[in-house]
Amino acid sequence: MDTSILSWIIWLPVVGMAVIALVPREKVFILKIITAVITGIQFLATLGLWSRFDVTNGGFQFMERAEWIPSFNITYILGVDGLSLPMVILTGLLFFLGTFVSWNIDRAQKGYFALYLLLNTGVMGVFLSLDFFLFYVFWEVMLLPMYFLIGMWGGPQREYAAIKFFLYTLFGSVLMLVAILALYFSCGRTFDMLLLMQTAPTVLDGVMWWGMSAVKVIWVLLFIGFAIKVPVFPFHTWLPLAHVEAPTAISVILAGILLKLGVYGILRVNYTMLPVAVWWFAGALALLGLINVIWGAMCALAQKDLKKLVAYSSVNHMGYLLIGMAAVIAAGEANGNNLLAAQAGLGGAVFQMFNHGTISAMLFILVGVIYERAHHRDIEGFGGLATSMPIFSGIVAVAFFAGLGLPGLSGFVSEAMCFIGAFPVFKAIVIASTLGILLNAAYFLWAFQRMFMGELNDKYKDLPEINKMELFTVVPLLVITVFFGIYPRPFLDLISNTMNVIIDTVANINGIAGVF
Amino acid sequence: MNNLQSLSLYWPELILTVTILVTIIADLFYSPKESGRTALWVLGGLFLTYMAIKVQDSTIVTTLFMDNLAFDPFASFFKTLIIIVTVLVIFISQRTSELNDHRTGEYYALLAIMVFGMFLMVSAIDLIMVYLAIEIVSISSFILSGYLRGDLRSNEAALKYVIYGAFSSGIMLFGLSIVFGLAGSTKFFAIQEAMWNLEGSANFAFTLAAIFILAGFGYKISAVPFHFWTPDVYEGAPTSITAYLSVAPKAAGFALIIRFFNQVFGDGGSFIDPSLTTYTELPWPQLFAALAVVTMTLGNLVAIQQNSLKRMLAYSSIAHAGYMLMALPTLSSQGVYAVMIYLVMYMFMNLGAFFVVIYVKSQGGGETFDDFRGLGWKMPIVGIVMTIFMLSLTGIPPTAGFIGKFYLFAAVINAGPQMYWLAIIGALNSVISLYYYMRVVKVMFLEGEASETVLVPSIQVLLIFMALAIPSVVFGVYWTPIANWVSQSLIFFTQVI
Repeated sequence: MDTSILSWIIWLPVVGMAVIALVPREKVFILKIITAVITGIQFLATLGLWSRFDVTNGGFQFMERAEWIPSFNITYILGVDGLSLPMVILTGLLFFLGTFVSWNIDRAQKGYFALYLLLNTGVMGVFLSLDFFLFYVFWEVMLLPMYFLIGMWGGPQREYAAIKFFLYTLFGSVLMLVAILALYFSCGRTFDMLLLMQTAPTVLDGVMWWGMSAVKVIWVLLFIGFAIKVPVFPFHTWLPLAHVEAPTAISVILAGILLKLGVYGILRVNYTMLPVAVWWFAGALALLGLINVIWGAMCALAQKDLKKLVAYSSVNHMGYLLIGMAAVIAAGEANGNNLLAAQAGLGGAVFQMFNHGTISAMLFILVGVIYERAHHRDIEGFGGLATSMPIFSGIVAVAFFAGLGLPGLSGFVSEAMCFIGAFPVFKAIVIASTLGILLNAAYFLWAFQRMFMGELNDKYKDLPEINKMELFTVVPLLVITVFFGIYPRPFLDLISNTMNVIIDTVANINGIAGVF
Repeated sequence: MNNLQSLSLYWPELILTVTILVTIIADLFYSPKESGRTALWVLGGLFLTYMAIKVQDSTIVTTLFMDNLAFDPFASFFKTLIIIVTVLVIFISQRTSELNDHRTGEYYALLAIMVFGMFLMVSAIDLIMVYLAIEIVSISSFILSGYLRGDLRSNEAALKYVIYGAFSSGIMLFGLSIVFGLAGSTKFFAIQEAMWNLEGSANFAFTLAAIFILAGFGYKISAVPFHFWTPDVYEGAPTSITAYLSVAPKAAGFALIIRFFNQVFGDGGSFIDPSLTTYTELPWPQLFAALAVVTMTLGNLVAIQQNSLKRMLAYSSIAHAGYMLMALPTLSSQGVYAVMIYLVMYMFMNLGAFFVVIYVKSQGGGETFDDFRGLGWKMPIVGIVMTIFMLSLTGIPPTAGFIGKFYLFAAVINAGPQMYWLAIIGALNSVISLYYYMRVVKVMFLEGEASETVLVPSIQVLLIFMALAIPSVVFGVYWTPIANWVSQSLIFFTQVI
């Protein structure tokens, strides 16, 4: 088991799916228990992975390698490093909690939980696979369950939301496929990502395609594929719709994990295989980050639907992360070898990935709680809820504060790191994005004020307080948020060596500093 | 090889001929009700034919009947493929309700005749033989698409098919006669040699001839702008025949195109160096690429607007021809390899999609999207199977359709950066196609309500579903057997000058 633990983590949900297929559809409780047990075991396995993970090693660990399609040089390669491990743990945690968030799904539960587990396999597979073909297959495997989960169990506009999500992501991923094949044929016919990381920078150096640098072409194709998932402005329009229409647990997964896949892809593929282009694109990346920050915040401010507000807050938060990612070029010679800034920026970005995963998951669960009771999410429609639901209001307050980046909570640490890292290189952008922070605080506080302060709306006098099952799903996330807000050290230790490897790759390319 | 010697390598076709005759004669002894039993004779004959192909020595690569037909693994591959399609279609035909009131003896005999024609098509290396083969296939398919004599649409389909068929084969014949006039021979290799010797002095005539001939071939694979017959014929013909027409003659058409353009206009040799431009100044890669782009884009865009599933699948099959054409501009061995892999994958998923349409209709449903509303709730197994076929046709991993597309894109990208635009257009086209394929899934599952009674298909139907759906998934995960089969079949009879 020790050597194949990654395979177990990936394929366990498929086993669960097979078991679920055998259970009659009336036995809803058994279906839920199976899902809970499978995701629970998987979560424990990811924790086990963490406990045996060697943090001093920035490379890949627990590697697995097997022949798959030798005639096309496709191999089954898995591995985990400091970049993927936090995401794997987050995935394990959120899928486990998500099972309980899904407890009240009221129709076709068999299909729901089977697809839920398939989605789980797809996500884990993307984070753990190190063969580009395998990566792509897992990347696409996620789409179908997601389509059904939104389309069958979602809100009133679910059909439109589901197909829009599917079309957007497929559009991105087919471009990615072209880029993957271009890499394959130009770098000696291999899908092995480790090999590509070594060969791609040298092989593609100076190669021109139709008057454009090959590196830039591949970078842009891959970037579009990943950016749609993140989502980076202007590819974000699927997100509010999908988030709002999806059932609560799926919104949690979508915001908590699926958005991270895009960032993960950029860091794993674009940064390490095409480091030259990082220099070329970093300015644009930071600028896109700024647009995300401002645009997301403005849109969130304008929302009347609480879930949509939380959805746009994701766009906003992803912006900080992009700015932090762009800071990696600080470590280059052209920027004075500022290694500390690069570490802060990149580390902050990855930390932000994790924190946004926990915070937005928490926010969506809380939105689900109120929707379950009031059957609407209109911010204006509530008022004074703090008196009728004090515990719930308290938790929402903490979650909102985490979302707006209050010091002492984890969101603050990662956002601050992003800005500290980016400041030496992108002063203007960082200064401009502080406006976004202000708006960020504004939309959360204003929403809180309208919903929980003031006169108690008589209609909601008797709203039941948050129940134990719901508390069980929120509290772990809350604890993580508070813990990492006060003591982020364990997390940063976990990722730092891998971050140094990535920074090294990028910084050693003595590119010219950015286009901006 | 001379005529007598050739017979020893001609067993598959001989068995097929006997099968056709036996089927026709046996049908005389059956009452109209029992006429369907002729299917057994055809199945038996096809099995023997398959065995005959199997036992042949695959290392022999030669020509038969004094350079009329080629005998090579490439032809054997397509013959095997055609047999598999035919067997599947015969099983499917057993379960269709459309043929209920018809005597089906001739139906199966005509299918066998079509198989014979396609066998000739995939191995012809003589212009006359090319023409004869295409006509055998066409004429039997005219009759088959008009098989429902009482149905106006079926009649319309047959008539349209005849008119378009006659027109395009006329144009093709004109092209062939120009080639004959220039080369003084109908044999591929003699033509190829003559073209070398002409040294480009008759470029215009050759270009014109090639375009005319392409019209004939394009009609068989329903490439735009020779596709106009496709939707109406596909809609009017019995659905089992539509399924057949969308796979088998298309495969044979591709085999013919590959062989003809490689051996007459190409260097006929290694396939590695795309040298179609050697003889004529026509920009071959660009021409094929443009044909591919137009075919898939038009197919996909029009498919979106259809309300009948049968018609939607007709346009989708045009789009799939476009995808396959994408690999031809390179005319590299990789391109041919990709087309062959694609055809195998395409066979399973496309026949599967049509069989679902047939099955739903035979259960009292119809062919429009409305008839499929809530199907996933009423017949979950059919719904799931149809979802697999739709995903496979879109090319979403892990399905066979993805692997097919993957190889096509790989072939295009392998041709070099100047072809990347084609791969990107092809990729974007699969995004467009997602919309209408998922529409089927949407009406089946996202619409309609959970139903109390669940309909489970009979065991025979389930077996056909499994035979089509399992490969559609398994070959998306592990396709080494297919890849090996295709790569062993990638040997042509060639005569390098």
